[in-house]
Amino acid sequence: MSLEQLPMLQQLMLVLAAMVLFTSFVLLEQARLLAAIHAFAWQGVLVALVTAIVASSSEHLHLFFSAALTLGLKALLIPWMLHRLVRRLELDRHREPLRRPALVIMAALALVIFSYWAVVPVVQQELLFTRNIVAVSLAVVLIGLLMMVIRTQAVAQVLGFMSMENGLFLAAVSATGGMPLVVELGVAFDVLVAMVLFGVFFFQIRESIDSLDVDRMNRLTEHVEEKS
Amino acid sequence: MNALLITVVSPLAGALILPSLRRLSWAGWLNVLVSTITLAASLNLAVTVADHGVVANSLFRVDAFNVYLLVLTAFVGVTTSIFSRPYMRHVCDSGRVSQRGMRLYHAMFQAFMFTMFLALSTDNLGVLWVSVEGATLATVLLVSLYRTPEAIEAAWKYFILCGVGIALALFGTVLLYFAAQHVISDPEAGLSWSALYSVAPQLQPAIMSLAFVFLLVGYGTKVGLVPMHQWLPDAHSEGPTPMSAVLSGLLLNVALYAVVRLKMLVDGSLSATDSPHTAGYLLMGFGLVSFLVAGLFLHRQRDIKRMFSYSSIEHMGLMTFAFGLGGPLATFGALLHMLVHSLTKSAIFVTVGHAAHIAGTQSIDHIRGLIRTQPAVGWGLLLGVAAIAGFPPFGVFTSEFLLLTATMQSQPWFTVALLTGLAVAFAGLFRHLHPMVYGPVPEGQQPVSANMLPVIVHLGLVLWLGLSIPGFLSRWLDRATELITGAHLL
Repeated sequence: MSLEQLPMLQQLMLVLAAMVLFTSFVLLEQARLLAAIHAFAWQGVLVALVTAIVASSSEHLHLFFSAALTLGLKALLIPWMLHRLVRRLELDRHREPLRRPALVIMAALALVIFSYWAVVPVVQQELLFTRNIVAVSLAVVLIGLLMMVIRTQAVAQVLGFMSMENGLFLAAVSATGGMPLVVELGVAFDVLVAMVLFGVFFFQIRESIDSLDVDRMNRLTEHVEEKS
Repeated sequence: MNALLITVVSPLAGALILPSLRRLSWAGWLNVLVSTITLAASLNLAVTVADHGVVANSLFRVDAFNVYLLVLTAFVGVTTSIFSRPYMRHVCDSGRVSQRGMRLYHAMFQAFMFTMFLALSTDNLGVLWVSVEGATLATVLLVSLYRTPEAIEAAWKYFILCGVGIALALFGTVLLYFAAQHVISDPEAGLSWSALYSVAPQLQPAIMSLAFVFLLVGYGTKVGLVPMHQWLPDAHSEGPTPMSAVLSGLLLNVALYAVVRLKMLVDGSLSATDSPHTAGYLLMGFGLVSFLVAGLFLHRQRDIKRMFSYSSIEHMGLMTFAFGLGGPLATFGALLHMLVHSLTKSAIFVTVGHAAHIAGTQSIDHIRGLIRTQPAVGWGLLLGVAAIAGFPPFGVFTSEFLLLTATMQSQPWFTVALLTGLAVAFAGLFRHLHPMVYGPVPEGQQPVSANMLPVIVHLGLVLWLGLSIPGFLSRWLDRATELITGAHLL
């Protein structure tokens, strides 16, 4: 079955999922923190839209609730908290370009291809449509992971972490029609608490090393080198 | 049912009440009281499970496997809270932690216990994930409690690494739910472990093996399996000692418990395919590598708490290997090893806390002559390390002996690797231990007021388990073995 023969709503979902993946790339490339936070907020909006479409096309009514929860948490509350933290830490003008942008983008592309390869066994009997979205969400998760590895700035690492969460949520919604409500609430609670703790840590880290560049925290690795 | 509710809810209540207490001395005692109530309730629950087999409702399920871990968790919780009361007072008096820090400590100790009990007793794999992630969140602020640059670095590493690992586990859980939807029609029951277990042979093997890879990497990060173990030595060495005791003795167990439950599902799903033991082989591989690598790292350590956290990685690796090996004998040995390792390791951390107070440092090179300065601490450390290294007549010897026998039966060549690993680890522990316990006493080293009761109780129990395992306990473990492998041992 080719993609054009899919129902309109499913095609729309695929487009939105592709846009989520696109925002992941934007997030990965951004040098300015505020712009990255905005990209993250847009990713949250897109994920919430996908959720709303799944909710309207299925009988899972509680998905409307999850869509609202995602919009509130991922597109409004967390970006707002990050925005405030960045302003309080006086990092609004902080620029940190990627060191090797071409290489990073190639790595991210490789991750996308890997994700399609990894989900092949999942979908042999399934619709083409599910496979695309599961692959896209795995790619979003892995690009978030890549972002946490290559970025040395604490706020950027947190953005990578949160975009991983977005990818996971997208996978849950599109492949399975959403997790049971109690689990979704628990996950949302954990994410919120994690965000509050990240905020606490930004201040602790800055107090300790006078910067948010976590690469400068290397006392514990020094211990190991000293031993060898 | 009520006993179960009290077990789970009382730490939560403790976490909410404790920070509001202004008098720190009361908070310490209340912490002990809450933990004791939890232990009493969990014992009551154990009796119910022994009578009826399984206690279950829509959200919880307690059977022979997790009830023993519940009791163990509650027990270590009580002894650690008894130890932490004077210990944390000492820390607070020395000015390393503020009053607010102490209130945070008490609240988060109980919040951590709550997540442990929830993770162990829940039947829902999603809730299991939420509570294991909750355990990270509850402990991460405690790792940075002393606010030194090292502590903050350790906490950040712990937060980020465990956050990433556990995110991968959530992806695995989503895949599992995806597989379940083709078999279970009720979406609310799709993550219920018991529902999944009853239909395990119908779950699609391809999806289940992919899901298991993600779940193993995710929960394996929490177990401390090499190469995802980087956070563990840092978090254990920089946090307050009572926290190291519960992290090492309890959190690692709970993560391993999650892996074993999931392995049961995957084994069921793969039983009809060409490669029914994929999950077991994965566990054996990760377990053996962790066991050997951690044994080697023991030799290079300079910080006493770091050294014992590598010893924890080593033992978790051994248990993971044994669960991967499968079969009643190996599983029985692994369950027993979980029990004795938790008891011994938390006793060791308690002693190490006192030793670090005596020497005023955690550096192995500067801890000397413990046995002459304070015989109780010196002997406690010596006996604790003898027990963890697997000397008879302690319980660790019994479980390791069972594990070696099981390995010889099914995979004889691995016995060589295991014995080498045990010898390497033994050498690593004792080369550091000997000067610390005997060695010349540095000038001006004074004994401290030490509370050795938890150590005596724990090591006494480990000794008892080494000499003779009481009948009720062996029947208990045997029922858990039957649950996991489908066959009796006794």
